[in-house]
Amino acid sequence: MNDTVLTNRPVTAQKAAPPAISVRGLVKHFGDVKALDGIDLNVPRGMIFAILGPNGAGKTTLIRVLATLLSPDAGSADVMGHDLVSHPQAVRGAIAMTGQFASLDEDLTGRENLLMLARLWGFAGRAAKQRADELLAAFDLSDAAKKQVKSYSGGMRRRLDIAASLIVTPGILFLDEPTTGLDPKARQGVWRMIRQLAQSGVTVLLTTQYLEEADQLAARIAVIDHGKKIAEGTSRELKAEIGSGFLHVALADQARLDEAEAILEARLGNTVQRSAEGAQLSVVAETPRAANEALAALIAAGIELADFSMGSPSLDEVFFALTGQGLEDENEGEDE
Amino acid sequence: MSEISPAMLQNVPRPAAPSAFSNALVFGWRAILKFKHVPEQLFDLVMTPLMFTLLFTFVFGGALAGSPGEYLQFFLPGILVQTVVFNSVYSGMGLSTDLSKGLFERFRSLPIWSLSPFAGLMVGDVLRHVIAGGIILGIGLALGYRPEAGISGVFFSFLLLIAIGFGTGWIFLVLGLLIRTPMTVMTIGFTFIFPLVFASNIMVRPETMPGWLRVFVENNPVSHMTTALRGLMAGSATAGEVLLALAAPVALTIVLSPVVLWLYRRD
Repeated sequence: MNDTVLTNRPVTAQKAAPPAISVRGLVKHFGDVKALDGIDLNVPRGMIFAILGPNGAGKTTLIRVLATLLSPDAGSADVMGHDLVSHPQAVRGAIAMTGQFASLDEDLTGRENLLMLARLWGFAGRAAKQRADELLAAFDLSDAAKKQVKSYSGGMRRRLDIAASLIVTPGILFLDEPTTGLDPKARQGVWRMIRQLAQSGVTVLLTTQYLEEADQLAARIAVIDHGKKIAEGTSRELKAEIGSGFLHVALADQARLDEAEAILEARLGNTVQRSAEGAQLSVVAETPRAANEALAALIAAGIELADFSMGSPSLDEVFFALTGQGLEDENEGEDE
Repeated sequence: MSEISPAMLQNVPRPAAPSAFSNALVFGWRAILKFKHVPEQLFDLVMTPLMFTLLFTFVFGGALAGSPGEYLQFFLPGILVQTVVFNSVYSGMGLSTDLSKGLFERFRSLPIWSLSPFAGLMVGDVLRHVIAGGIILGIGLALGYRPEAGISGVFFSFLLLIAIGFGTGWIFLVLGLLIRTPMTVMTIGFTFIFPLVFASNIMVRPETMPGWLRVFVENNPVSHMTTALRGLMAGSATAGEVLLALAAPVALTIVLSPVVLWLYRRD
């Protein structure tokens, strides 16, 4: 599944055009807080690019700056070849933004919301109605077209919100945490939609707190934290850097955690992390076979396991691997 | 969920960029739709002035002016001013609601004339003023109020009311941009407005008030508005009265419209 996403857009076709986004040394302060602390970013055209980071990392600020909603304090950025600061109106003509919270008029119907935006983009009379109806049909909202948005479910709102960003096909679509707060089924639906958009040639820049989401969707991922980019690459590259698989182990007897930690470290040659509650050990295992042998060693030492699993690293573990620190000490206070 | 057809997305020809005026019209259309979907807002608009009209006319009217009928003749133009000034609070609340829901984020990221959303709010305001004023005037007429200057008097009175609403509206747009809780906008708005409306010549003539208060009442812009409106309805208004009534709305527009722009464009 990842492979199809990785190759969904031949880069050669876009050789002459400037990158979708090119950001150099972007800084944004809010009082004493440096929300963006010198970000550099290059987003090629026609791909899904994910900004991955915890709450308060600066993801939303970055997207708001790129969508001309905030002006940067320092640094510069070109969006679809237009300078952000000197030509904001040209940037606005080339982008569409779907914020974290549905930017819809709750009192109006779904159709009226789309009609309003179609008219603001310059569709007149029948053309506006036709565009609104096309989008409603494409996003499976025809049945709810004449209902007020306040009666929509979370998934329907998201769909309408994204449809509202596609009145004219944007060069870039910004999606700020597109699936936060959605149930798994609605999340799958949004993912499918995003993939289809990318296949039709739209560049998508999305932010997410979920490694899985970035992994599933994005051809490239930038990890940001405290307003700085701390890593960037394809999902494969990042995983190689972090370690492909994590072995998670929970013990039946908590008293033997230290002993188990020592065995895992010796067997796998990687640092063992304890979960915040201290009940689970996590460690990079290069291969399933290595993981198997480590588990066998625990059992041979008479340490009984309550549970174990192999999986991708969690965001917490990614951060541990990239920064040497967990997330728990930075979740305090600052929120985007 | 259905599949999005890529062809459909790619083949949308971009329409020509619309004019600032047509952007503003779209927002005006939105304001009118709001009346269709939230008709209960009219109830809010009309209830307070209606209660005031009935209460003051029938409870206090006899004591204040000799008879309810005579009092109504004096009071009705004033209650129209009060209605419009109170109603302008709602435009600030509406703006605050829109801002708190992220709707303006989308508007601000669109390549449109950046003031057009405000133009739309203004259209909504004018409609609100005309509808609420019309209802109150209708009730007044039913109770026996008679504008001596007839239809033209009513016409010019409503033009003045719209100007008053437009001017005071800026105060609440500023509050709406500064405060993200609609209820707080309302509370603060009414805290400002109550003394202005009550310490005016809307309900009683200032002659019986203590001297210090009379100074305030006679210089209160709301009093000037009321005097001019009474004059227009009666056909006795002087140009000076009308100009005095317009002074505050014009000054508010000149001073506060740049503030609104600045607040809207700042981060």
